[in-house]
Amino acid sequence: MNITIDVQDIESKAAVKVKGEIDAYTAPKLRETLFPLSEQENVQMVVDLSDVSYMDSTGLGVFVGLFKSVRAHNGEFRLVGLTERLRRLFDITGLADIIDINSNAEGGVK
Amino acid sequence: MEARENLEEKYREALSNYLKDQSEQALYQGQKYSRKTIEHKISPEEIISFHKSTLMDTYDNLPPEVLHSLDFLLEVMMGYGIAYREHQNLKHLQQELKSEIEIAANVQHTLLGTDIPEVGGLEIGAVSVPAKHMNGDYYHFVQDENQCVGVAIADVIGKGIPAALCMSMIKYAMDSLPEHRHFPKSVLESLNRVVERNVDPSMFITMFYGLFDPSTSIFTYASAGHEPGFYYNAATKEFTDLTAKGLLLGVEKKTQYEQYEKHIGSGDMIVLMSDGVTECRTSEGFIERKTLIEYIEKNMHLSAQEMVNNIYKQLEKLQHFQLRDDFTLIILKRNV
Repeated sequence: MNITIDVQDIESKAAVKVKGEIDAYTAPKLRETLFPLSEQENVQMVVDLSDVSYMDSTGLGVFVGLFKSVRAHNGEFRLVGLTERLRRLFDITGLADIIDINSNAEGGVK
Repeated sequence: MEARENLEEKYREALSNYLKDQSEQALYQGQKYSRKTIEHKISPEEIISFHKSTLMDTYDNLPPEVLHSLDFLLEVMMGYGIAYREHQNLKHLQQELKSEIEIAANVQHTLLGTDIPEVGGLEIGAVSVPAKHMNGDYYHFVQDENQCVGVAIADVIGKGIPAALCMSMIKYAMDSLPEHRHFPKSVLESLNRVVERNVDPSMFITMFYGLFDPSTSIFTYASAGHEPGFYYNAATKEFTDLTAKGLLLGVEKKTQYEQYEKHIGSGDMIVLMSDGVTECRTSEGFIERKTLIEYIEKNMHLSAQEMVNNIYKQLEKLQHFQLRDDFTLIILKRNV
């Protein structure tokens, strides 16, 4: 049940790297860390999920919330490095049609 | 107060016995005594004070250091006694909350209760088990005047009490839909509007809605981001995903849902589930959908209700009887 969240936030460009499991226990920490970032005007937020070993629907809820908050502040929100399993989760829920999950990690997160 | 004096007397007696011969029996008396003090809420520092006064009454020339040391111990134990009483209070409070949650779970059970309808030619089996007290999964059957059967299965993103409360709202939103409008697409579109308006922005619902018309054997369905079910074709003995595209309920106000149709032949099945079924975690990883199909095949000779019961039991065993997520499985089987 561990999670680490690395954030680089320079001039409204927020690069986030999440490692570990996102579930009901770790999701609150993720939400608390990332929500303030999403509320910056014109924020460009990229979240790298390539080291996320497990995510349940609670995690999905956090990302939808973030996406809506970024959009409300005229920003851009992208998820990168999704594993096959995560990609399926976004496909099934229809979120892949509204959230950008297809761009490359480059240029976003080192 | 009388009980307290009585207990002091008992302590004196037990201690004297032990000092006399240090027997096992005298020790045991001490153990029994300690349970009694808890029962009568005698604090640890009081026991030390019993101890001190017994010693003082029994021996005339005790070294003063012994008595001072007991005073010191008494002081130390006082904090311990306070912590202990606090712990007891919390335990009591927790018990109260627990029973309140149990009552809430019962109320929810009654509120969300649904009867499996009797439909000629269609067997229906359903099982839904919460991971904790309250269920964030929900299923519902309705039958209209044309004998069409509507089946809804939904899962709130989020668990526990907030999820359960949210589900009750969905149930009432569904009950208030006009009778003649049980087409999957329009059901999901109206529920989406309700959820979008009324639910916390970080809470979302996945839902699958299907409608079976016995007169044509057509199953019409639509999905709002729900885990796809299976369609089993009895003629080819093949399972295929019951894929339907659609966004979660509550994300965008004006979401439109696509509606799909499937002809259900004799012996065909529709299998619906919540993600608690595919998120089953075993020691070797997740249950793959392929594995789930194997379990369905293994139980296919049974009635629809026996099938879901057996599959639930077998998957529960795989996870060592520890559900991580609410679990709901529904099987519709055409038997003519």
